[in-house]
Amino acid sequence: MAEALQNTLEGRTAVLEGLPEHPAIKAILAWKAEALVDAKFDRGELTLTIASEEIRSAAAAVQAAGYNFFEDMTAVDWFPSSPRFQLSYHILSHSYRERIRLRVLVEGGDPAVESITSVWPSSNFYEREVFDLFGIRFEGHPNLRRILMPDDWQGHPLRKDYPVEGYR
Amino acid sequence: MIDTTGTPILAAPAAEGAKDQHMIINLGPQHPATHGVLRLVLEIDGEIIVRIYPEIGYLHTGIEKTCEAKFYQQVVPLTDRVDYLNPMANNLCYCLAVEKLLGLEIPDKAQWLRVLLAELTRLNSHLIWLGTHAMDIGALTVFLYTFREREDILRIFEGLSGQRMMTSYFRIGGLAMEPPLDFFDRVQAFIKTFPEKIDEYSNLLTGNPIFRNRLKGVGYLSPADAIALGVTGPPLRASGVDFDLRRDMPYSSYEKFQFQVPTSTDGDCWARYVVRLVEMRESVKIIQQALDGMPEGRVTADAPKIVLPDREKMKTQMEALIHHFKIVTEGFAVPAGEVYQGIESGHGQVGYYVVSDGTAKPYRVHMRYPGFTTLQALETMCKGRMLADLVAVIGSIDIVLGEIDR
Repeated sequence: MAEALQNTLEGRTAVLEGLPEHPAIKAILAWKAEALVDAKFDRGELTLTIASEEIRSAAAAVQAAGYNFFEDMTAVDWFPSSPRFQLSYHILSHSYRERIRLRVLVEGGDPAVESITSVWPSSNFYEREVFDLFGIRFEGHPNLRRILMPDDWQGHPLRKDYPVEGYR
Repeated sequence: MIDTTGTPILAAPAAEGAKDQHMIINLGPQHPATHGVLRLVLEIDGEIIVRIYPEIGYLHTGIEKTCEAKFYQQVVPLTDRVDYLNPMANNLCYCLAVEKLLGLEIPDKAQWLRVLLAELTRLNSHLIWLGTHAMDIGALTVFLYTFREREDILRIFEGLSGQRMMTSYFRIGGLAMEPPLDFFDRVQAFIKTFPEKIDEYSNLLTGNPIFRNRLKGVGYLSPADAIALGVTGPPLRASGVDFDLRRDMPYSSYEKFQFQVPTSTDGDCWARYVVRLVEMRESVKIIQQALDGMPEGRVTADAPKIVLPDREKMKTQMEALIHHFKIVTEGFAVPAGEVYQGIESGHGQVGYYVVSDGTAKPYRVHMRYPGFTTLQALETMCKGRMLADLVAVIGSIDIVLGEIDR
């Protein structure tokens, strides 16, 4: 399947033409084609960029398509670019033996996306971690509190405008 | 305890009516059964566990932030310190991720040595788990036996890398140096006797009625719950989900090795114990295959701008000297992109997500460690059971707080 393909496919149309049979792409197109904003196939990894307000339903769609295991979720701060934050969800399929990455871009002002804890309860700690270290809120999360830093900590350490050393 | 958004620590209140009878107690962070500094806020009804709220972060050192300020190669020693019982597996995962970004070809010998070392590391990790788990249950003797064998492994590591625990032996593009001359003989001598040692542990524990009764039927996790709660590694396979990244999504030439992936459908602490014991025997088989079929060749990739040159060449060739100077002072630029690499460590699935912006320092390094996720399943495993079972369950999921807090 996708592993056999070694070249890079950049952009939504190139990926749709290059991987027409991919189960995750088919599932997302069948559910809501316009939610798939961008796509990339690079270094054997498929990245699907989803419209930020649709991530919970997109997660449910790929889960129904056989991508059953939530493996990892984190954020990247592209400060000072806009949109500032990128959320990367890594979803594994035990049956296809393959991993996909769902990507969501979030603006910097008051960053918030929908929580996917209702789809995969295992994302609970991961969303708390991103909330703690990046300050992105997850709407609908059952217990959105800081997890690694002390409860009274000021600021979000993994943001790029938060210095590695010295005064904040 | 109130957080910045004003939500009390017990976000969802106890069931109405039962509220007055429930007690909130604190387990840890300084408690011998928590394997580090894990704090659990427990809601109990008499001795029955109603809810568990893990409070983590006591070992948080901001390693992911530190990585962003280091050259790519300088991150390798940091990865040792994350899950400090699995140093080589962490190195391997990080190196594979960066090598994927660089598109580097790793020579066969380096790949096979990496497999060998990753399996030795798995034995090291499982030995510590077995010793401390049995000690939690009250079987103190096993601890002394497992640490005897662990010492042998650490001596092999010391001979190999100069360090016992924080080995940092892996390099982006291969390994730090050729293994010492007696390395393969020492590994051979170790794994020749090791299966007997596993029998020895098994004789001490498997027939022990106290150990059996404390583990059998305790901490049940169904396959559906295990997947929903993100459990990986031996606890996942003990719940009946037959998935192992080494076999199903092979990396570093694992596809060339023959081994079984033990599973069980019982889903309890006993199943996890049995699965890990069998896993140790399978690791011995993999190490034996690696020793028998070890390819000839170099242990570093042919990439002079990334891999440090030999000392001998550096003293005689101008070009090698320039490369050495550039790599040490400026690092090496990595093409922009993002990769995720997952491997199967002793504790479960480890994943490294590395984002590069084309410079010599990683833009973002995220580490996915199994303990962080497995901890979420603790409540499901312990709900409705006695407080004393919690100690057995914590031991059976084999967490390391360094990996959880990072």
